[in-house]
Amino acid sequence: MTFYLARRLLFALFLVFAVSSSAMILARLAPGDYVTEALGPGARAEAVAEARARYGLDRPVLAQYADWLSHAIRFDFGRSMANDRPVGELIPERAANTALLAGAALLFATVVGLPLGVVSGSRPSGALSAAIRTFSVVFLSLPPLLTSLFLVFLAARTGWLPIGGMRSADAASGPALDLLRHLIVPAAALGLPLAAMFERLQSQALAETIGQPFVLATIARGVPRSRVIWRDALRAALRPVASVYGLVVGTLLSGSFAVEIMTSWPGLGRLMLDALVARDVYLVAGCAAAGSVFLAAGTLISDALLAAVDPRAIEA
Amino acid sequence: MRLVGWALVAAACIGGLLAPVVAPHAVDDRRPGLLNAPPTRPHLVDSDGSLHAPFIYSWTLVDQLEQRYVENRGTRIPLVWMSEGRLVRSSNESSAPLLLLGADSYGRDVFSRLLFGARTSLALSIVAALGTVLLGAAVGGIAGYLGGAFDDLLMRASDFVLVLPAMYVALGLRSVLPIVLSAQVVFALLASIFAIVGAPFVARGVRAIVRSELQLDYAVAAQSLGASHLRMLGRHLLPAAAGFVGVQVTMLVPGFIVAEATLSYVGLGFPEPVASWGTMLHDASNVRAFADFPWLLSPAAAIFLVVLGVNLLLQSNPEAARRRSIQSMG
Repeated sequence: MTFYLARRLLFALFLVFAVSSSAMILARLAPGDYVTEALGPGARAEAVAEARARYGLDRPVLAQYADWLSHAIRFDFGRSMANDRPVGELIPERAANTALLAGAALLFATVVGLPLGVVSGSRPSGALSAAIRTFSVVFLSLPPLLTSLFLVFLAARTGWLPIGGMRSADAASGPALDLLRHLIVPAAALGLPLAAMFERLQSQALAETIGQPFVLATIARGVPRSRVIWRDALRAALRPVASVYGLVVGTLLSGSFAVEIMTSWPGLGRLMLDALVARDVYLVAGCAAAGSVFLAAGTLISDALLAAVDPRAIEA
Repeated sequence: MRLVGWALVAAACIGGLLAPVVAPHAVDDRRPGLLNAPPTRPHLVDSDGSLHAPFIYSWTLVDQLEQRYVENRGTRIPLVWMSEGRLVRSSNESSAPLLLLGADSYGRDVFSRLLFGARTSLALSIVAALGTVLLGAAVGGIAGYLGGAFDDLLMRASDFVLVLPAMYVALGLRSVLPIVLSAQVVFALLASIFAIVGAPFVARGVRAIVRSELQLDYAVAAQSLGASHLRMLGRHLLPAAAGFVGVQVTMLVPGFIVAEATLSYVGLGFPEPVASWGTMLHDASNVRAFADFPWLLSPAAAIFLVVLGVNLLLQSNPEAARRRSIQSMG
């Protein structure tokens, strides 16, 4: 067990290192740099050279990378050129916003999707199951880009909920309630397709488990059907679902990019996009590092979950 | 359900293929007098209650600021069929064009752009899916066949790519290239980027199939008869993965449609005035625009219907349905 988790921890560390390093080098090798993007084509050659020297962009790629790396392991991630602030100051707030959005969506998807999956998986032929299945197929075909578009459209048409941002300047209610009102649209946009995916997975896993001899034996011994399903079969059917939770973090980050852009949620996605377009290399690397920390944490948690649900996974 | 799926996918493909004939207008026909004009509804019955061949009414601008239009009920404008190489047009194109899905903020016909957009979006997704499968099958096949350290390395690398959020990988690869490029270059670039991002999914599956086929008697027999490496892979092992690969192509297309839409939406996709579903969403990308002019959301509806169609096709295949749901948001 310890060895297993240690190995996975090593992978997680490698993930953060590799992702931020390749983001840094890729952004640096891209045609054009921050100075040409910011000063424009009409700038004087001396001004360009002077600015390049100030940002360290005049040195070879590898020298700049080595310098960045030696600072980064001491948690100094350089200065964002476009914002003129240290990257280490810019990222945490944005990362927290993305984490809040993704966490709310994951919670929503789990609370809605898993129980519905149990219902539709345990009675595959009922009318209720058919309705649930139809909803799932519809929402599986609506990626977050589209759900956020439609929810923003609805919010704009009805005026029930704010259409973008995270806080309103003239909040009538308390700040927490105001934040919650702003969170509903993006979290639902990100969570609905995920809930549909959880429902399908849980439903299939449960349907397969119910076909197994141990379930039949338990029912034959006179244990009530609902108890067999919600306690025994559900526990056995959690493994495929738990194994997906690790992949979900990547899915959540991909989806939250679209949602953040669509609903002007001030998260990592927008910051990363602006940094990439402006060739703000240190900020790009910082965003990539933050994103990969989420990924690493996600895979670690899912590995631990998997090991808890099914000890056989450790040996694989 | 399968039939509905086929119908949706076929409608999109046929609409895209026949766009030059079915679409009443060209992609970049701007009408300064009809900015954000609502859809013109074909009528059969006029205001007196008498029946006519299908006709439309023209729009009259009543509020310049809010861009509100009213139907001009005075004159009927009959539709003409099969004229000037188009399936259907208005008989008075200059003052009363046929706008089945309204006009966008440049006064361009949304319906025509939607059809030409289907061409761009679907062609890109299908080319990218085929590229993904070629790349994935090559990598997975070689890794599975050779085994050893090479196999280990390739599979570790593809495991690594699988963990990453696909959208960010595509975004990163796209944005490090020059932002402004011609439409053809963008098409080739996006197709290659999508192929690189999607290939690990295919490679893993193909590798597993090739490895297990290698153990079977027929493969051992072919090998002992002296089949070359190329023949082993091309003639015997890869064909075994054909079913898997077929399902995989179908599953990749919806993801790529959405990826194109997302990249174009943030301005890293096709340049103006190319119509793709993503660039159309980009043009509609402010809340006021699509709250007041909901027909601008029709590309989103088109994306939904195509993805739904593919999902319904895949539903009959439980293994595909399971995998599909995992990848659906990539």
